[in-house]
Amino acid sequence: EALVLNDPDFQHEDLNFLSRSQRYEQAIRKSSLMVMKLREYGIADPEEIYWFKSFVHRGRPEPLDLHLGMFLPTLLTQATPEQQDRFFMPAWNLEIIGTYAQTEMGHGTHLRGLETTATYDPATQEFILNSPTVTSIKWWPGGLGKTSNHAIVLAQLYTQGQCKGLHAFIVPIRQLGTHEPLPGITVGDIGPKFGYDEMDNGYLKMDNFRIPRENMLMKYAQVEPDGTYVKPLSDKLTYGTMVFIRSLIVGDSARSLSRACTIAIRYSAVRHQSELKPGEPEPQILDYQTQQYKLFPLLAAAYAFHFVGAYIKDTYRRISGDINEGDLSELPELHALTAGLKAFTSWTANAGIEECRMACGGHGYSRCSGIPDIYVTFTPSCTYEGENTVMMLQTARFLVKSYTQVSSGQRVTGMVSYLNDLSRQRIQPQHVAARTVTVRINDPVSLVEAYKARAARLVEAAAKNLQAELNHRRSKEDAWNRTSVDLVRASEAHCHYVIVKLFTAKLSEISNAAVRAVLTELCLLYALYGISKNTGDFLQAGILSDAQITQVNQRVKELLAIIRRNAVALVDSFDFHDVHLGSVLGRYDGNVYENMFEWAKKSPLNKTEVHESFHKHLKPMQAKL
Amino acid sequence: GVNPDLANERQTASFSVEKLTAWLDGGAEQTRLRRAVVEAIERDPVFSRENQYFQSQNERYEAAVRKAVHLQKKMHEMGWSQDGPESKYIYRAVAGDIAFLLHRIFMRSISVLGSDEQIAKWIPPASQYQLIGSYAQTELGHGTYLQGLETTAVFDVTTQEFILNTPKISAMKWWPGDMGRSATHTVVFAQLYVHGKCYGIHPFIVQIRSLQDHSLCPGIIAGDIGPKMNFEHIDNGYLMLQNVRVPRENMLNKFCEVQPDGTYVRRGSQKINYFTMTSVRISLISGEAVTPLMKACTIAIRYSAVRRQSKLKPGEQEAKILDYQTQQEKLLPQLAAAYAFHFIDDYLQEMFDRGYREIQRKNFDTLPELHALSSGFKATVTQYCTSGVEICLRACGGHGYSLLSGLPSLYTKIIASCIYEGENTILLLQTARFLVKSFMAASTGQSVPPSVTYLAAVKPRKCPAKNKLDFLSPDIYTEAYQHMAVRLISSTAAKLQDLIQSGVKKHDAWNRCTVQLAQAAKAHCHYITVKNFAETVEKLESKAGIQKIMKHLCDLFALHGIFSNAGVFMHDGYISGAQMDMVTASYLDLLAIVRKDAVPLVDAFDFTDKSLNSALGCYDGQVYQRLYEWARKSPTNKQISPAYEKYLKPLLHNTLSKL
Repeated sequence: EALVLNDPDFQHEDLNFLSRSQRYEQAIRKSSLMVMKLREYGIADPEEIYWFKSFVHRGRPEPLDLHLGMFLPTLLTQATPEQQDRFFMPAWNLEIIGTYAQTEMGHGTHLRGLETTATYDPATQEFILNSPTVTSIKWWPGGLGKTSNHAIVLAQLYTQGQCKGLHAFIVPIRQLGTHEPLPGITVGDIGPKFGYDEMDNGYLKMDNFRIPRENMLMKYAQVEPDGTYVKPLSDKLTYGTMVFIRSLIVGDSARSLSRACTIAIRYSAVRHQSELKPGEPEPQILDYQTQQYKLFPLLAAAYAFHFVGAYIKDTYRRISGDINEGDLSELPELHALTAGLKAFTSWTANAGIEECRMACGGHGYSRCSGIPDIYVTFTPSCTYEGENTVMMLQTARFLVKSYTQVSSGQRVTGMVSYLNDLSRQRIQPQHVAARTVTVRINDPVSLVEAYKARAARLVEAAAKNLQAELNHRRSKEDAWNRTSVDLVRASEAHCHYVIVKLFTAKLSEISNAAVRAVLTELCLLYALYGISKNTGDFLQAGILSDAQITQVNQRVKELLAIIRRNAVALVDSFDFHDVHLGSVLGRYDGNVYENMFEWAKKSPLNKTEVHESFHKHLKPMQAKL
Repeated sequence: GVNPDLANERQTASFSVEKLTAWLDGGAEQTRLRRAVVEAIERDPVFSRENQYFQSQNERYEAAVRKAVHLQKKMHEMGWSQDGPESKYIYRAVAGDIAFLLHRIFMRSISVLGSDEQIAKWIPPASQYQLIGSYAQTELGHGTYLQGLETTAVFDVTTQEFILNTPKISAMKWWPGDMGRSATHTVVFAQLYVHGKCYGIHPFIVQIRSLQDHSLCPGIIAGDIGPKMNFEHIDNGYLMLQNVRVPRENMLNKFCEVQPDGTYVRRGSQKINYFTMTSVRISLISGEAVTPLMKACTIAIRYSAVRRQSKLKPGEQEAKILDYQTQQEKLLPQLAAAYAFHFIDDYLQEMFDRGYREIQRKNFDTLPELHALSSGFKATVTQYCTSGVEICLRACGGHGYSLLSGLPSLYTKIIASCIYEGENTILLLQTARFLVKSFMAASTGQSVPPSVTYLAAVKPRKCPAKNKLDFLSPDIYTEAYQHMAVRLISSTAAKLQDLIQSGVKKHDAWNRCTVQLAQAAKAHCHYITVKNFAETVEKLESKAGIQKIMKHLCDLFALHGIFSNAGVFMHDGYISGAQMDMVTASYLDLLAIVRKDAVPLVDAFDFTDKSLNSALGCYDGQVYQRLYEWARKSPTNKQISPAYEKYLKPLLHNTLSKL
């Protein structure tokens, strides 16, 4: 961290004052320098590279992201040794800069719908790549617009007249040396977006573009010289990468929300407004109950997601050990769970960042608050790497499958094992009613049980509704579609349960008593706030009574007052450096107002004392009227 | 031609789009007028927004000034006047992308707060743009809480002048529009001191820039506050005053005056100030909140009828994403809300006009109710519409994030409405104060304003619905909303009483109940919105299929609210668990029904392609073609990036790593 922060080469003007083109240029400059310095310092460990990179770019996207994050790893995992010889070292030395071109204008999450074709021509031993429709133009890949000279292109493979589904091809797109697009290639930038100003997200259109047979990534599936197609051994392996990337997004949800909370809570401690007690000085806005109610549940969520991210990463590491030994049994559950958790945490963080910004009033709206930037950088994660609603439905598919297994007498394991209890409850009809009194609202463990019961009920309800639709003799797809709102609710309840469970489990691992105490308060707040926002589910299932709901609502407000004392310390613990936070409102020293003034003076509109518009428009108008 | 996927949506409309449009406009004549104004403006190339998404802050500011100047010419040419029937459509047509909006507020504040002499002195040159005004209220340290403002104006008897000062950094004026670069004058709100005594906040006209060369006047430090999430075209500014002297006559003195010897005189009612705020809050609901939501719905729903993804039935074509239940569940409630709030705007407007007539007769009785309702609705509508626009944005998948979709700009603009003209949480608490007071009055049998008489009728009952169809009865759901609002208001009032009786100080008790109070205020507004929607539908004639589809939308709006706030309705058992399942079933049925008319329902908003400025939302549905064409226009594709020669080339040629 210090290595980067103290390096004058990495300093630059405030990005907020730069145009898109300038921001792209700055990012490229820093990436180039970064690569050089990584070599200079001899940093090669992926984890260290990741940290170095995140400090150079302060957690912002950069044009080489896809080269480092997708192009190189894909070569490592999907290229044959021969292909690695040809491509890996040039790519490592950045003679080849690559991107990963999957999404098209017409299709994103639904991969099977992609339309780009790669037709094998045995006569020349080449693949002919084509973008047959407007919708098949590759659209969005980062670094594609201006930076890359190669791309890994996903296309429908046609050989011997048959479609063999999606496969990956290494496609050169720009001339080495001149950087001009190659004949048959149309490539460019897709224009301005909501954020990601420094990234040249691009489009790519191919017209009868030929590449040699050896450019298809053939570690798994292969096309032989005569055009014979050889199937891959298992297609579950691709799950692994998806799980990994989605686990990163969960971590990113935690981090982005933590940053927004840090800014909003520090600023709320600095800002004084109105009066609480007549005659007394204006109080810090953090003392208002409504302000605490906006911010503290988000703070609790940021902590919760942090633990969830760590859990997925650990589980993934453990399972990928197993995968290498050929044991894939746990992968479906982890895949299903990360899909839902990716959606749940990114939705919550997305809304939470906005809530933090609004909690900063008008100044939150200024780019100097840093929150607009956090928001626009984070919000696409609700869509990329799997659109959230589709993700929730993937989790639901797994939940329904598990429920069906339980109903047919099998037992299920893992996070869904609570479904096993459902069959037991049917034997003991009193069970549900008896539950009402057993929930102790000050005991996280007991609240985990409450969330578990809610998830079980909603999964059961969705599965039954699905069955009812099927009984109406609707097609499977139609029945699924007509139940999908219920299914999403079931998934959300399941994810919510998992998060409360993981947060609670974490508490017992904390050895320091004071830390455990404050995190227990946060955990309680997270769980109780979640109940108070979803009281309908808990009431309807008879898990909690009216009186208990009233107590929950009351207890939430008591916890706000308790957490208030430690609020600033809790965000300081995230340990974001001011430079990384990029916020005038969230400065560690709290000197907000004078620094806002300093910041504003640098605005491009202030470059000259009298703006040129005065001479061009205002003055002539005043003269005329 | 029109994309067949959109064309066939229009063929199956259950009602006449043209008739619905006319009804929304308030008559076919209004529709004609609106279209004429929009047409005249959009045909003029100066008002083009074609390159808006590619422009820098400086370029957008310049374009906004150019348009504002040109608009004066245009209005003269067309014979449109500032307060003519065309004016509300002009703003819609330029889509707010124009400078000098604060100039109008500057003029209005002089007209309302100034004496006849002051009006005669300032208004004529201002309307001739001999001077450009702004309105400087908010400071770095204070916004909605006006009493906290720190700028001072000290009266100097010897020179008959006020001396204005910014005593510390947090007292700097911050945010006023048009002030950063354009304005020559501004109305400054400052704490008035006479003979060492503070008389509170008063308005002063202060010149800040030279009328000759536009340079800053002595003692003035002013500039632009820097980039924001949106409004790049507006030069929101800062202003620091150092011993700036203005003559005694520059204090706007219709209601208060400092006489030459320093005697402070107050005349008329202070309440009129509330009236100005009320009028601003009501007037922004339609243009700043409902219109953007209507635009966002238009874009997202048309796009969802064109985008096909994945298969619903094996062997068939990929399905329109609008056919997915989850997509309907995102978009259609927003569409229903856009209609609901359009009608609430009518309701508030009517109430405001009635109130205005009363006030002209010096009757201020309606003011508290009007003030409470305008605050509450400003907060609930802007909040609801903001989240609605964001839902539309996210419902468009990846392409929604492209600026070319038009959605990011709609979103970043509408979110500001949650803050300006009063921060929403604070406004909700103002409404809550009125509700608690009214509830107390009603429960002791005193008379209360018409919108809250329902508070007197507290009857503990259960919802009488027996099957899912019962929930399609406006009586059933309106009653449920009423019950819920009464319960939240009465229980909060009771808790407040309890706390005070147990010895907690009043202000402390209030702060401890604020979360509930805000919730109660929202519940009240939600109830009035549903009730008003149901009444509007009832008054409609049944011909042309309009009443039928409006009834569906009303049901959808109401049931979506119950479905998404289930716990609040179930809390005291008013709606049982079994009934909630009926609500859910009816609600999901409605999605499929409204789905059929979704495209005609957004067509009826009648936005031109130019006003939507969206590659995804155009009338003809040629989405992908347009997205590709627009992207190619991006300046990033025209100029060769300096980054290549400077950094990429050496990197690719491996010269860096050889260092």
